[in-house]
Amino acid sequence: MSTAQEKPETPYNFAYLDEQTKRMIRRAILKAVAIPGYQVPFASREMPMPYGWGTGGVQVTASLIGPDDVLKVIDQGADDTTNAVSIRSFFAKVAGVKTTTHTKEASLIQTRHRVPEMPLSENQILVYQVPIPEPLRFLEPRETETRLMHALEEYGLMHVKLYEDIARHGHIATTYAYPVKVEGRYVMDPSPIPKFDNPKLTNSPALQLFGAGREKRIYALPPYTRVESLDFEDHPFRVQEFSEPCGLCGASGVYLDEVILDDHGGRMFVCSDTDHCEGRREAGHRGHLAGAMGAPGAEAAE
Amino acid sequence: MYVAVKGGEAAIANAHRLLAERRRGDPAVPALTVDQILQQLSLAVDRVMGEGSLYDRRLAALAIKQARGDLVEAIFLVRAYRTTLPRFGASLPVDTGKMAVERRISATFKDLPGGQVLGPTFDYTHRLLDPDLEGEAEPEPAATAEDPGEGAMARVTDLLGEAGLIEPDPESDGEPGDLTREPLSFPAPREVRLQALARGDEGFLLALGYSTQRGFARSHPFAAEIRMGEVEVEIEVPGMDFSVPLGRLKVTECQMVNQFRGSAAAPPQFTRGYGLVFGHAERKAMAMALCDRALRARELGEDETAPAQDGEFVISHCDNVQATGFVEHLKLPHYVDFQAELELIRRLRAEFEDREGGQEREAAE
Repeated sequence: MSTAQEKPETPYNFAYLDEQTKRMIRRAILKAVAIPGYQVPFASREMPMPYGWGTGGVQVTASLIGPDDVLKVIDQGADDTTNAVSIRSFFAKVAGVKTTTHTKEASLIQTRHRVPEMPLSENQILVYQVPIPEPLRFLEPRETETRLMHALEEYGLMHVKLYEDIARHGHIATTYAYPVKVEGRYVMDPSPIPKFDNPKLTNSPALQLFGAGREKRIYALPPYTRVESLDFEDHPFRVQEFSEPCGLCGASGVYLDEVILDDHGGRMFVCSDTDHCEGRREAGHRGHLAGAMGAPGAEAAE
Repeated sequence: MYVAVKGGEAAIANAHRLLAERRRGDPAVPALTVDQILQQLSLAVDRVMGEGSLYDRRLAALAIKQARGDLVEAIFLVRAYRTTLPRFGASLPVDTGKMAVERRISATFKDLPGGQVLGPTFDYTHRLLDPDLEGEAEPEPAATAEDPGEGAMARVTDLLGEAGLIEPDPESDGEPGDLTREPLSFPAPREVRLQALARGDEGFLLALGYSTQRGFARSHPFAAEIRMGEVEVEIEVPGMDFSVPLGRLKVTECQMVNQFRGSAAAPPQFTRGYGLVFGHAERKAMAMALCDRALRARELGEDETAPAQDGEFVISHCDNVQATGFVEHLKLPHYVDFQAELELIRRLRAEFEDREGGQEREAAE
């Protein structure tokens, strides 16, 4: 079996899962790559973290990771959010791999709810954690029905939903987990990333894999796959825009988190992608609130 | 003043240390031993074994201790361990007719071969808090039968079956499905449904079973038999012409018998709902049997109108490890999605206020 000498001091196999299970998951991944956007059922295992906390992504990562990989884990764009910390330390423990917070150093990136701001390369794999893989689920709760709808390419319900948004609000009122169509065939849930990130999905040089543990589904976007966000000719897809740049690094054209500063309505906007923000600050960029924080660059560089 | 949310790693480690301290409680009070849990909280142990779907009393007791008595958390611990174990194969079906019975009751016959054996039951106790248990008072020794009898007792459903009044047990066709090894698809075959129910949350199945009694898929159930005791587990080994015993399990079995007026395909007869759970878990076994019967609606040509009859609904939602994970994942950060929604709400608000303002101006003119 694999890498007995690499095994760190845990009673578990390298990367936790046994080799048969990894093989089963890799078979599902291969099928998913062969049919972009199609949800492949797989025999999801019970993991030592709760369902809904990234068990699908963790299984995909565990089945792909090798001793030479460098792993980055982000949650909401940040490397230091609690669940990202927890998953990163899980793999550091059971696989003994090198971890990083730098997007460009990582060979494998597991993410929840964001795509890194920095463009990815052909040598990278992006693994998404997916809560509800079925884009039609909130229109039709039954799996038996939605599978049939995908098989028949019957996506009218989704278009009606988007149309009703426009009729009611004047624009499409879906802001995250915004549905996409893959290579003109399958409608796919990009996981709850903000629609701001949708344009990063198309034609990406990196392999993108989506794992849903509780729902037992894996799907994939092979490199250079065409991914279109659903829209209408007279209501083209648009991403969120922020009225001010990042308060720390001054970046614009990136996704920002709103941070409440006090109880008098004071707030600031900061980069959601912490690695991107730190990189910019190290390069000397300063936002209009960076001074107010002491030395954020020094703190973040740790 | 902005404070960067840093140091997640240290905060998590500190939280876990605090958890360990709280689990231990006041160090002046002696620590609970796993043996004490095994012996004195045995029904909790049984529930954790059943829903954890791993027959190991000691590990279940350890999990209860580690989980501070949170049984769903303990079940999760057991499941996460179970998933690392190799699967060797399927045993032969256990023969509950040969059970070494500790308890066996029938609500359909006043007396029957083997008799009614109450065993250790809460039934007929008066639910009065017993202040004596605050102390170390030892219970009076229980009376034991001088002649424990043969042990094995014919199952009530077998007695009914001889007269052709009840549908026969379905034939087993080889190795049953296993939802822990293959992704579930719907409609699921009955053995997979039963596996899901056996692992399912007691409270959820109890409520669903109860709903069938209140008219949401009423099935006129009778508890033909509930029995609890040890059964032998045997496995067939290739190359040997006899089966090999692996060990014994304590299980609770419930056979519900339900009225059925017949359909185009089947004569009027009693039908069955089946419950089988590890350990002593009567409430769970009964709820499981009610749910199993309700889920057979389509097979028996009944109208599917109630939640308990909906296989996809029941099976997709009965697993408490899945349910608790997904419900509790709402605690994870959702800043990014929330930010997206915040932006939308502000935009919708602005549009709404523009419209309102316009109307007021019109009204004022």
